[in-house]
Amino acid sequence: MADTERCPVENIATDYDIFDPDYITDPVPAWSEIREGQCPIAHTERWGGSWLPTRYEDVQALAKMVPELSSAGPGPIVVNVPEEFRRPEREGYNAAAPISADPPEQTWTRKALLPHFTPKAIAPQRTYTETLCHELIDGFIDHGTCDGAVNYAQQIPPRVIAHKLGVDAGMVDEFVVWVRGVLEIGLTQPEFRLKYSDMIHNFFAVEVAKRRQNPQDDLITALCNTEIDGQMLPDQVVVGMCNLQLVAGIDTTWSSIGSALWHFATHEEDRRRMAATDHDDPLWDSAIEELLRAYSAVTMARTVMEPVEISGASLQTGDKVLMNFPGANHDPEVFENPDQVILDRQRNRHIAFGAGIHRCAGSNLARMEMEVALKTWFNRIPEFTLANPDEVTWAGGQVRGPRIMALNFG
Amino acid sequence: MKITVDAEKCEGHSRCYSLAPELVDVDDYGNAFVLNEGQVPEGMEERAQLIVDNCPEFAIEIHEG
Repeated sequence: MADTERCPVENIATDYDIFDPDYITDPVPAWSEIREGQCPIAHTERWGGSWLPTRYEDVQALAKMVPELSSAGPGPIVVNVPEEFRRPEREGYNAAAPISADPPEQTWTRKALLPHFTPKAIAPQRTYTETLCHELIDGFIDHGTCDGAVNYAQQIPPRVIAHKLGVDAGMVDEFVVWVRGVLEIGLTQPEFRLKYSDMIHNFFAVEVAKRRQNPQDDLITALCNTEIDGQMLPDQVVVGMCNLQLVAGIDTTWSSIGSALWHFATHEEDRRRMAATDHDDPLWDSAIEELLRAYSAVTMARTVMEPVEISGASLQTGDKVLMNFPGANHDPEVFENPDQVILDRQRNRHIAFGAGIHRCAGSNLARMEMEVALKTWFNRIPEFTLANPDEVTWAGGQVRGPRIMALNFG
Repeated sequence: MKITVDAEKCEGHSRCYSLAPELVDVDDYGNAFVLNEGQVPEGMEERAQLIVDNCPEFAIEIHEG
C-alpha cells in the first residue's frame, strides 16, 4: 500500500489501477475498454485486490445481491486497508450505519435516517443553501475570478451538513480536512485515514454526549432519540451515523457541484443554454440528472460473502467488488451516446446514487444542493471559463471531482 | 391508462415524485405510492411514461386500457 513508484498498467482487464492519474482525470475510456473486452468485469491485484464491473446490468445485479455481498466490515471502502490501520470495533454497524451495515442493522438505521431526508424534510435546508451560495459569491464576484472547487463547491455541503446536524459552522474547515483525510489521501496512505477517522469519531462522541444531556432541535438529537423495538440506538451507532453525514454528505456533493461547473466552464453551448433557461423550466431537472449521470462522483464497494458467478467472473468469498456506479452510467446498452452530455436527456435511469437497499439516503439533499448551487451561480455569473485548463486537478478512487479549478468570469 | 408502483422494488429515489407529483407521492421513507388509484388523467400520459423511464429500480409500470 506504500506510495511506491507506479507500475504502468499493461492489461486493464487484469491490472486496472483506480489511482492511475489518467484514470482519475478521465476514467471513461478504461470502462469502455473493459466493457468491450473478453470479460466486462475486470480484476486487479492492486490496492489489496478488487473486481470492477462496467456494465449497468451487472452493477444493478450486484447492488441487489444481499447477503451474498456485504457492506459491513471493510465493505464500502474501495481499497483493502491493512490490518494495522483498522479498528474492528468501529466497523460495520458502529462505523457509519446504514452504509456500513447489512440487514437487519442496515434496515433499522436506514429507517431512522430516511425521514430526515425526504424532499419535504429537507425544505429548511433549501433556504439556508440559497443564502449561503449568495454569500459565497458575494465574497469573490468582484475579483472576476475564483477557484470554483475550493471557494465555491467545497464550501457548500459542509455548511449544509453542519446546519442539519446542529453543530458549529466554525467546524467547517476541519470537516473538509477530516473528510479528505478519510476518503482522499487516506485511501493510499492508511495512517492518515485512521488519524482523521479517529478525529471524526472523537468529535461526534462529544456531540452525542452533549445531546443526551441537553437535547436540541437537530439531527444528532433526533438520532439520539431513535428507538428500535423499544431500545435506544447505542451511542456508538449514533456516532457512526453522524460520521456518515460527513463522509457521505460532503465531498460527494461538492465533487458533483464542482464537476458540473467544470462541464459548463468547458462547454460553451451548454453554458449559454443554461444561462438563458428560466429557473422553473424542466430543463434544469433533466440537466442536473444528466450531470449526475455523466460525472457520477461515487464508487462504493462490497465484500463477497459467498461465491458468485456473474458475466464470466468468479467472485470468491473475501474478494472486494467495486460498485462502479459511474461506469454503469456510461453503458451504451442503456444510455444512448453515453459519453455525451445531453442536457435534455429524457430517459435517464442513472444510478449515481446507487441502487437497491443502499441507495444514497441523502440523495434528495444532494440534488437540492446541486440545483441551488448551480442556479445561484448562473444567476450571478452566467459567463465563465477555466482560467488555467492545464492546472485543474481531480481526485478519484472513491469520490471523483475537481479539487483545483480556477475560473474567470465574464 | 393506469400506473402502478412496485413497493418491493421501490427504494425511495423519489425521481417520480420530482417529475410528476400529480401522479405519485412519497411516504416518510421516500417510497412512492400512486395517487388517484393510479389513474393517469388525460393529457398526463407522457408524464407517466417519463417517470417509468427515469426510475432507477424499474419499479413503475404502465397498464393500458
